[in-house]
Amino acid sequence: MPLKAELQSADAIAHVHMGILPTPFHSRTSRLNLNQQWSEWNGFASAVYFADSHLEYFATRNTCGVFDVSPMRKYRFKGADAAAMLDRMVTRDVIAQAVDTVAYNVWCTDGGQVVDDGTIFRLGDDEFMLCCADPCYDWFCLSAVGFDEVQISEISEDVAALSLQGPTSCALLKALGFAGIEQCKPFQIMRFAFGTGQLMISRTGYTGDLGYELWINPQDAEPLWDELFDKGRLYGIQPMGDESLEMARVEAGFLAPDVDFHGALHTVERGHDHTPLELGLGWILNFRKPHFSGRAALLAQKESGNYRRLLKLDIEGNKPAENSILYADKKCGTEIGYVTSAMWSPVVKANIAYGLVEAKYFEGPIWAEIYHQKELRWLRKVARCTRVAKPFWSPERAKATPPPDC
Amino acid sequence: MSKAPDIIIIGGGHNGLVCAAYLAKAGRQVLVLEAASQAGGLGATREFAPGFRASVAHTLPQLRRQLVDELELERHGFSLAQEALATVALSADGRHISVAGGELHGASAADSKAYLEYARLMQTFAKAIDPFWRKRPPVPGNGNFRDIATLGQFGWKLRTLGRTDMREMMRMIALPARDLMDEYFESPLLKAALSWDANVGSKLAPRSPNNALIALLYRMSGDLTGGLPMAAGGTGGLMNAMAAAAQGYGAEVRLGSPVARVIVEQGQAVGVELSDGEMIRAQKIVSNADPKTSFFKLLGARHLDIQFTHRIKRLRTDGYVAKLHLALNRLPAFTGLAPPRGRLILAPTMQFIENAYDAAKYGGYARELPMEVLLPSLDDSSLAPAGQHVLSAQVQYAPYGVKGGWDTHRDTFLENTLASLARYAPDIRDCVVASELLTPVDLEQQFGVTGGHWHHGEFALDNWWMNRPTYGASQYRTPVPGFYLCGAGAHPGGGIMGAAGSNAARAILEEK
Repeated sequence: MPLKAELQSADAIAHVHMGILPTPFHSRTSRLNLNQQWSEWNGFASAVYFADSHLEYFATRNTCGVFDVSPMRKYRFKGADAAAMLDRMVTRDVIAQAVDTVAYNVWCTDGGQVVDDGTIFRLGDDEFMLCCADPCYDWFCLSAVGFDEVQISEISEDVAALSLQGPTSCALLKALGFAGIEQCKPFQIMRFAFGTGQLMISRTGYTGDLGYELWINPQDAEPLWDELFDKGRLYGIQPMGDESLEMARVEAGFLAPDVDFHGALHTVERGHDHTPLELGLGWILNFRKPHFSGRAALLAQKESGNYRRLLKLDIEGNKPAENSILYADKKCGTEIGYVTSAMWSPVVKANIAYGLVEAKYFEGPIWAEIYHQKELRWLRKVARCTRVAKPFWSPERAKATPPPDC
Repeated sequence: MSKAPDIIIIGGGHNGLVCAAYLAKAGRQVLVLEAASQAGGLGATREFAPGFRASVAHTLPQLRRQLVDELELERHGFSLAQEALATVALSADGRHISVAGGELHGASAADSKAYLEYARLMQTFAKAIDPFWRKRPPVPGNGNFRDIATLGQFGWKLRTLGRTDMREMMRMIALPARDLMDEYFESPLLKAALSWDANVGSKLAPRSPNNALIALLYRMSGDLTGGLPMAAGGTGGLMNAMAAAAQGYGAEVRLGSPVARVIVEQGQAVGVELSDGEMIRAQKIVSNADPKTSFFKLLGARHLDIQFTHRIKRLRTDGYVAKLHLALNRLPAFTGLAPPRGRLILAPTMQFIENAYDAAKYGGYARELPMEVLLPSLDDSSLAPAGQHVLSAQVQYAPYGVKGGWDTHRDTFLENTLASLARYAPDIRDCVVASELLTPVDLEQQFGVTGGHWHHGEFALDNWWMNRPTYGASQYRTPVPGFYLCGAGAHPGGGIMGAAGSNAARAILEEK
């Protein structure tokens, strides 16, 4: 008897109740999510992968991938004091930030410990949008104490968003008729008419490659997706899930909350939170600014030089150093830290990781104790780690304006 | 002032004047900027009706001989109208109990005996805690030698109370006043009067845990006469002497000069801008204003860290005491007390006080109001025309945030107050020729103190010592270099004492 598999189409099971909310793109993403593999992100369904995470990963490195970032938390800050209030809350200069630009920022406790990170979009002189992975409304309200002229509203569900990332992303947007998008510089914002209103495009992303984030009224979300995938076939478009995005962000040198660091308001034990200096974010601490929350504590830490370092590591061999403990010597006699993220990078062709290393040891030799499995048998190896200064993956096209082939 | 000032002090209330006097005495060029046309803040003596004068703060339980001597206040015109006012638990039927000279008069034998033990214990505690009112509070764990020494001394003082008294102090430290009184005394009238100082000025009542013992001990921190003194010319007499002393040491006191904001450059306080736009620069800016005014209105949250700002915002600053001044054409007849000399407490029971508090807790006020009454003109004829008198009363509880606003309640509250007074002095209404009722909102508006709060922020355990006004600003320095606190919101707190001002001056002088 000939065997025949009767596969149900993905959308045939899309109605199964998941206990999590659909994003404005859910009607489209659920159709493509072959195994209905979802994770929960701020209460919303986020695809783990659609068909194959490696396929999606290679799409974002070689053509383009689309990730639904609608579950991201978005807040609007409006009013005469909005710039001053944000400027005091975050570490970079918000007053000087130009209208229609985006800046990556962190915000800290009085003690200089990172509460969270995110991007600030300056939409006007007195209007900003702030995006972060996790809810932060309470901290923003706390930060607004003493600033009379600022209204903060959560607009997460008023704005649908897609991240379009990869070398063909610009060409695809151009083909969709967004004239002049090739002139959009990194961290710049452009606006286009679309559907019933406006599409805001920012040249931002979480993959380290050429890419854009598309911000749209939820009622225009589905047409946007349809147009992207209709035109995008020629540009190798693929939907992306969490797994492929995670690979891309590690290569790009970006931090993930609750992976590489814990927000200071969510830790209990001493030393389980982190300062921006420890996380390698010294470059966004603007000490020329007379004040921001945590400045005094961070300046003291910077001047002491005595703090842990989250290092980018290139590790010998090809076994990912997941969950590894780090040592100062090959015999694993002196424990000096631990790995927060690790992977074999297909595009860099290197065994890469982030490791948090104690202050005393970050300049000396670093060894990772790696456990890996071969046919169910656990093996142990101790691999030499080399510090890497720059992001593992940072192609020229990510910075070029106009990008190549556009 | 010919020379630019080294130090600007914002606010010429008594702590500002004391701070200025000490700094000027040490050779600093000091400029005091006072918004009102008269120095002294809540201590100033003001004419509230033609020929009738009174000061909001009316007695001096916390004043120290050391301060009077060091600033040569007597040479600058300070004298007393009364050395020791008795505290009288007034009874409507004339069967009063008074506290004078360290003992009770008119009380039962049991209460009189219990009072001796109560007074002994309180004096023992007061002595143990005494040095710390006039010391910079420590910051635990900062490694500073003086702070470690202060903490060590505190531990030593407690330990040397002896095992029994130390345990009692630890047990009593957060006890509600009601429990404390019930443990010692039987007379409801006496208990009400002795519990008065445990709560007055804060949003607390006899049943409230938190600060009763500390407030009672704080009240005992003065040593000028061994009794309850009253300044000649009202408390303003002392204020004028303080201003004269400060000026005598070379400080300039500019009246009618409200400060709009503190100028901050590169994270450092460098001067002030007056509300008329004039800018004055100085190396150090010291604020005698309350913490909320100091940090929010004068400095601005943008110069402060987020969690610190939040702690300042959370300070409880709603005042609950109204001040009543009555101009009287003759001496009213208080039942069973002629002349009505002394600090009269009008509260028959602690429950009576509690009932008034219960109404105020929810934004109302009671029909019958407990109060502390003084007729300062009995001992000081300068306060009223010949043969006439001034009545000065602290009336509880008058919530700052009364529902509907004070404009709609002022008349009723005054009427309730007069009715409450009339139970003890039935002819009071016939004597009144003019009145001034200062609700907490009035105190806020006229004296620039947030919430109209006596202490610039609740005087309570959670805002006490190293937490006053909050950690991060408990040593008179603030997180902004060059900006200091010297007012009642800093340690040790309010009351005409000058300790916050002198402690701040010492902290500033020790810096270089």
